[in-house]
Amino acid sequence: MTLHVDIPEETLARILAKAFRNRSFLIGLVITALVAAVAVLSYLWTPYDVTKLVISDKTQSPSLAHWFGTDHFGRDILSMIMVGARNSIAVALVAVGIGMGVGVPFGAFAAARGGLIDEVLMRMNDLVFAFPALLSAIMITAIFGPGAINAIIAIGIFNIPVFARVARAGALAIWPREFILAARAAGKGSTLITIEHILPNIATLLLVQGTIQFALGILAEAGLSYVGLGAQPPMPSWGRMLFDAQTRMVVAPWMAIFPGMAIVATVLGLNLLGDGIADILDPKSRRQR
Amino acid sequence: MSLLEIENLSLAIGDTPILKAVELSVAPGEVMGLVGESGSGKSMTALTVMQLLPFAARASGRVSFDGIDILAASEDQMCALRGDDIGMVFQEPMTALNPVKTIGEQVAEGIRWHTRSSRAEAEERARKMLDRVDLPAALFPLSRYPHELSGGQRQRVVIAIACALKPKLLIADEPTTALDVVLQAQILDLVRDLVAENRMGLLLISHDLAVVTEMADRITILRHGEVMEAGDTARTLSEQLHPYTRQLAQASMHVPARPKAHGAGQGKPLLEVEGVTRDYPGRRASLFKRAAPVRAVDEVSLSMAPGQSVALVGRSGCGKSTLARMILALDKSTSGTIRFRGETITGKSETELKPARRDMQVVFQDPYGSFDPRQKVEKLVAEPLHVLEKKPTPAERREMVAHALHEVGLGPRDMDKYPHEFSGGQRQRLSIARAIITRPKLVVADEPVSALDVSIRAQILDLFAELNQKLGIAYLFITHDLTVARAITDEVLVMHDGRIVERGKTSEVLDHPQSEAAKALVAAAPDLHRAIARRLQEQG
Repeated sequence: MTLHVDIPEETLARILAKAFRNRSFLIGLVITALVAAVAVLSYLWTPYDVTKLVISDKTQSPSLAHWFGTDHFGRDILSMIMVGARNSIAVALVAVGIGMGVGVPFGAFAAARGGLIDEVLMRMNDLVFAFPALLSAIMITAIFGPGAINAIIAIGIFNIPVFARVARAGALAIWPREFILAARAAGKGSTLITIEHILPNIATLLLVQGTIQFALGILAEAGLSYVGLGAQPPMPSWGRMLFDAQTRMVVAPWMAIFPGMAIVATVLGLNLLGDGIADILDPKSRRQR
Repeated sequence: MSLLEIENLSLAIGDTPILKAVELSVAPGEVMGLVGESGSGKSMTALTVMQLLPFAARASGRVSFDGIDILAASEDQMCALRGDDIGMVFQEPMTALNPVKTIGEQVAEGIRWHTRSSRAEAEERARKMLDRVDLPAALFPLSRYPHELSGGQRQRVVIAIACALKPKLLIADEPTTALDVVLQAQILDLVRDLVAENRMGLLLISHDLAVVTEMADRITILRHGEVMEAGDTARTLSEQLHPYTRQLAQASMHVPARPKAHGAGQGKPLLEVEGVTRDYPGRRASLFKRAAPVRAVDEVSLSMAPGQSVALVGRSGCGKSTLARMILALDKSTSGTIRFRGETITGKSETELKPARRDMQVVFQDPYGSFDPRQKVEKLVAEPLHVLEKKPTPAERREMVAHALHEVGLGPRDMDKYPHEFSGGQRQRLSIARAIITRPKLVVADEPVSALDVSIRAQILDLFAELNQKLGIAYLFITHDLTVARAITDEVLVMHDGRIVERGKTSEVLDHPQSEAAKALVAAAPDLHRAIARRLQEQG
């Protein structure tokens, strides 16, 4: 008798109750929501116009008029961080979308086929995985020129093998289960089984990986902008702001501190969120931290 | 003077009461059987003695072991007791061993910890202990890892760990449930000898009355956390004073009524298997070399008539499940042909198989694993409708599902539930509903009742028998449990090492087995009648 304890299928109410007791999930959720809210707000209102240069106000320290100070062109740092947030989120979100959209079918297909096809596909996957995001971004920009779109594509390509691996590993664990055999006995093909049974069962895995990749995407976007391969001026971006601040660290430290804090807070928030979701959905982690 | 004395033990997890005023005692050298169905609190009783209860559990009452008050003992005291004076054998030998440590390390671990002996000394004792459980160092060096051993051998290692320090009390929680009958008999013999040798007390937990009757001097019957009846094994089970005792005993020996075999043996054969072989590629020895292929099924031929109920019995690993999968066209045969309703199904594509799939369904062993946890019953039970030529409309589909649920004794309201809302027995009913919804001619059932409690098992067997009568479905039952084969099949095929070694009428084969394999199976199968008779005889 091999009784493996199944994922105790929990009702939504119980999952929510668990979520509200999970500290890392709550903190992560609040930070992420705040960043998202700021990004949305930036479309409607920012304290100052980020495209207007007011040289007379350049490198002012934080004050009541400019809470986070101004940069070397006299632009308001707070406004730039707000607009930069939407750039960061957009890049990371689309990159995660590309990664999931290509990687998950790729991994699920490899798992469904198995054997030589699986082997070949996954080695191809490893090949892509061997190139860090920054390197593939440099290659892409070398071919197509710098810009936000190319940054998105580069980070997206970097995400594909990550999701392919997670999807394949998850799917491989589901395939030998008896309910899959039952579906096969019902005459369902591997595509239909993957859509109906495999994907819903690995959705939580992908969700957790998604939040983590989202955080990594924001970090990667900042990195690309920092080396000048991301969003191009005058579009503000967090990484670009750090780059501009670097030569003025001694004179105007606020120019580096605030965008740096924005990156750290967002990445931390998303990581906490991902951790929290993993905890809540993992039946093995009953204990609360 | 009792070794273990449990008095008025109550246990609650959160607000849920688990045990109510349980009384139990084990004397040195005595075997106490603790019997009950799943959820009756058997394992919780054992865990209380070990003080390995889950976090939120609160126990009250008195548990004393060898003069020590267990409930008041500190964690340090318990650590000294566990593994030294109290040993424990778990049900699942797969998960009870650490996969990354060698068996020698795992047996020696407890010895080193408790006796503070050197590594060499501990290993020497571990070697002796493994030798005692029939894993001689010449064949099974200490450096073996658990995955290199079979299920029965792993359970021997678990027993070696539990008995290494000659504990005063051994707790065995369903020690043989995961093993086939022949291994079960061997393991029970080993435990019996070890207990007698060292005058250990044994608390044997099992849902199987026959096993407990063969082993235990006294028996305690538990239900919903309460002791129903306790006393001398033979007397308790032969007199059956308590109604629950009688219910359990009858359920263990239950044979469904099957007035007439439904048109069995008439007409053309439904299923013909001719010389089917399945080889699995051998383990990869190096990049370019593979070990010789493993032959799981070897030149098997069989034939089944419509409406006939056939048992395929054999020990675990004999190839019976592989054969079943090939019949269901879920696995490809290496050679040979399988014909279903006169049409060859071997080597056909999935589209060509559709008509055959309509008339051929499957019920699996594990009622927990055979349903997608994320879909509702309606969708799950309706899954085989996928092969119908004409797709039913949603309304028709609901109607068909409701009808199938009705036939297995469930209501139409169950359609909108998720599988986790059902008990094990109910899930097996769902599994059967799914199998019969297309009105198949053949249902292959792979150990369909071995994961169920005896009373539920009796109900499910009744349901199988009833559906055979009513719908004329032919069954191929795959099982290692001869009671099931006897209860519900007309013919039996005995499989051993990939071959069918004996076939014939169920009663004839099981009463007068000819082949070695069949004889071993019959001899090892626990039988409640025989066990009680033997006990009574021993006592005179």
